[in-house]
Amino acid sequence: MIVAERKPLDDIIEMLGGQGKVLAVGCGTCVAVCFAGGKKEVEMLASSLRMSTNLKGNKLEVDETSVQRQCEAEYLEVLDERVKDYDAIVSLGCGVGVQYLAERFPEKRIIPALDTKFMGGPTEAGVWEERCQGCGSCVLGITGGVCPISRCAKQLMNGPCGGSKHGHCEIDEDVPCAWQKIWESMEKLGRLDELMQVSAPKDWSTSRDGGPRRVVRDDIRTPKTEDS
Amino acid sequence: MAMQQAIENTEEKGRALKAGSNLERVLAAGHFAVTGELEPPKSHDADIVRKRGKVVEECLDAANITDNQTAIVRMSSIGSALLIKDSGLEPVIQITCRDRNRLAMQADLLGAAAHGIKNVLCLSGDHQSFGNHPGAKNVHDIDSMQLIRMIKDMRDESRFQCGEEIPGGGPRFFIGAAANPFADPLELRPHRLAKKVAAGADFVQTQLVYDMDQFRKYMAKVVDMGLHEKVSILAGVGPLKSTGMARYMRDKVPGMMVPDIFVDRMADAVKGIDKDDKAAKQEAWRAEGIKICIEQCLEMKEIEGVAGVHIMAIGWETAVRPIVEGAGLMPRPKVD
Amino acid sequence: MTQSPEFEPQIVAFCCLHCAYAAADLAGGSRCGYPSSIKIVAVPCTGRVDSVHLVKTLEDGADGVMVAGCLPGRCHFQTGNLHAKQRVDHVRELLEEIGLEPERVRMVNVSAGMGVQFAENAKDMSETIAALGPNPLRVPKSQASTTDAALEGTN
Ligand code: SF4
Ligand code: SF4
Repeated sequence: MIVAERKPLDDIIEMLGGQGKVLAVGCGTCVAVCFAGGKKEVEMLASSLRMSTNLKGNKLEVDETSVQRQCEAEYLEVLDERVKDYDAIVSLGCGVGVQYLAERFPEKRIIPALDTKFMGGPTEAGVWEERCQGCGSCVLGITGGVCPISRCAKQLMNGPCGGSKHGHCEIDEDVPCAWQKIWESMEKLGRLDELMQVSAPKDWSTSRDGGPRRVVRDDIRTPKTEDS
Repeated sequence: MAMQQAIENTEEKGRALKAGSNLERVLAAGHFAVTGELEPPKSHDADIVRKRGKVVEECLDAANITDNQTAIVRMSSIGSALLIKDSGLEPVIQITCRDRNRLAMQADLLGAAAHGIKNVLCLSGDHQSFGNHPGAKNVHDIDSMQLIRMIKDMRDESRFQCGEEIPGGGPRFFIGAAANPFADPLELRPHRLAKKVAAGADFVQTQLVYDMDQFRKYMAKVVDMGLHEKVSILAGVGPLKSTGMARYMRDKVPGMMVPDIFVDRMADAVKGIDKDDKAAKQEAWRAEGIKICIEQCLEMKEIEGVAGVHIMAIGWETAVRPIVEGAGLMPRPKVD
Repeated sequence: MTQSPEFEPQIVAFCCLHCAYAAADLAGGSRCGYPSSIKIVAVPCTGRVDSVHLVKTLEDGADGVMVAGCLPGRCHFQTGNLHAKQRVDHVRELLEEIGLEPERVRMVNVSAGMGVQFAENAKDMSETIAALGPNPLRVPKSQASTTDAALEGTN
């Protein structure tokens, strides 16, 4: 899932500026399961925005709603009429959701309420960890199911580096060393010999370095008719 | 014993030098090599670099010039290297994968070679969170293993990393790698060295060694695997400065093992000295630190597979001469 | 903060049925009593009290909110009271961001037999709130939010 976290209240209020009528829009997918942008979080944020601006003497009018998924235009249709009544929209979606709202409602100011953090999952209740950076050319098949791109602080392809200690990374005792994990996993799989090969430089052109990316599936696209 | 072996190895490897640097020649001739480390200043003051170079000039076969060590901005490794090279000390430039991508690295290597630099050490680089620009974006386009391979391919195949041919032949570098015998998982470390050798490392400088027992175990395995015949291993040594530093290195520095005995010896060195007599304490500490370092160098000479020492006395360059002299490693050989 | 002498705090106490609610009953029925400013809301477990409840209660004008659960280790649902404590802490941080005094929200733990302690806690809370003064959000009634209006209907 995409993991996000609420921005400081003051930052959101500053972006909103002055008085007005605001619609806070949650998203029922990734950010709902990581407790950042679901219905309850929308309620909390709307309440907090009202209270905080009220205390400062220029109370914002904040209404609440939530859609199943902000990152698909179809799910935003339900807002088409409603947004007309508002001066701005506060999105509790991930960065994708915010942009889909901005694309659909170009005449409205769209404010992100969340900081989108990473693709990952919970490791225990209340703790989420990064697992993938969307490098566009997955190497998990040769690294024992542990991603060195997102989980090694230096994105090594031939780790571990000399900073690995007691299973954690040199940058932080709370961060497990990805390469220690890769090593253990490959050992269990009886494939340690593969780690002895020097792996070639990664082709980053499939990653963000190649520019904004796009996936096209001709079998799914809307068919072109004769006359179009 | 070690020297005998080194001579045989050289014969095995043949006399053809890869880069022809002084360090390579000293090693090829079977001498116990001595390298050291110089830290460039946090300024553009050329005199500081030259002065630091002068102090160690006669004691070292080559000096590493660190590259934004601990992710703190300093004068560039190549820029500083040219300064000490001009005054007669052979530099080993360092390149971290943290700060440059493959384009910048290859461009720098061509530039360095054009200026007559012949040694390079390949490093991952300390994470930028340790340094003075923690908000920096790191690169890590390729890792240190791939960097070694890239420089080797430039030299031996005359090819850029992309496979394109380098007009007129590739730059010739004596390629170095770092090794930490004390990082986890311990049992992997000799294998990781093997990987660096397979990637193309000609020499290796280890992390600071204090735990001689663990280092001996590591070297036994390395020799067992025959790695010492394919790569020249320089053991990292460095003088302790105080009890506090010894303790700090034991407890806080990642990838470092300092046995209690050295912490105790440093503490004993200042016993009986008035607590407030800072100068006397410092003198006693420094004398003991140098003494321990000399003992270590002497021990290193006896360990099979160790081809030399790499002395790290950052910020204390004046310690280098007494250590090299004390270990009976002066004068440095002149090999043509 | 200026404060009218006749200010009588309005404090909502979410009380667990298994402990604090019974304790409040005990206190009420005995000499020790607890301040009339405390309005009890019975909950099956303090674990049922969500952060949203605490925030909305304040938004709707309460001067203080107290969450009263079982003693640590004595929750009928194992850890409901511990979760409640985490949420109270979380809301206190949020209040700071909002600009309200975090002291307006508090967690206390009592057992069913601790009527005296409940009364003491309630009195202490009441005094804290009296010192803080009224919830500033209650004063201007003109710009009532949707929830204000909704709650006014239920009051
Ligand atoms: S290798 Fe690439 S695609 Fe696979 S998990 Fe890591 S970042 Fe994601
Ligand atoms: S300690 Fe492990 S995770 Fe951290 S940078 Fe080194 S290899 Fe990567």
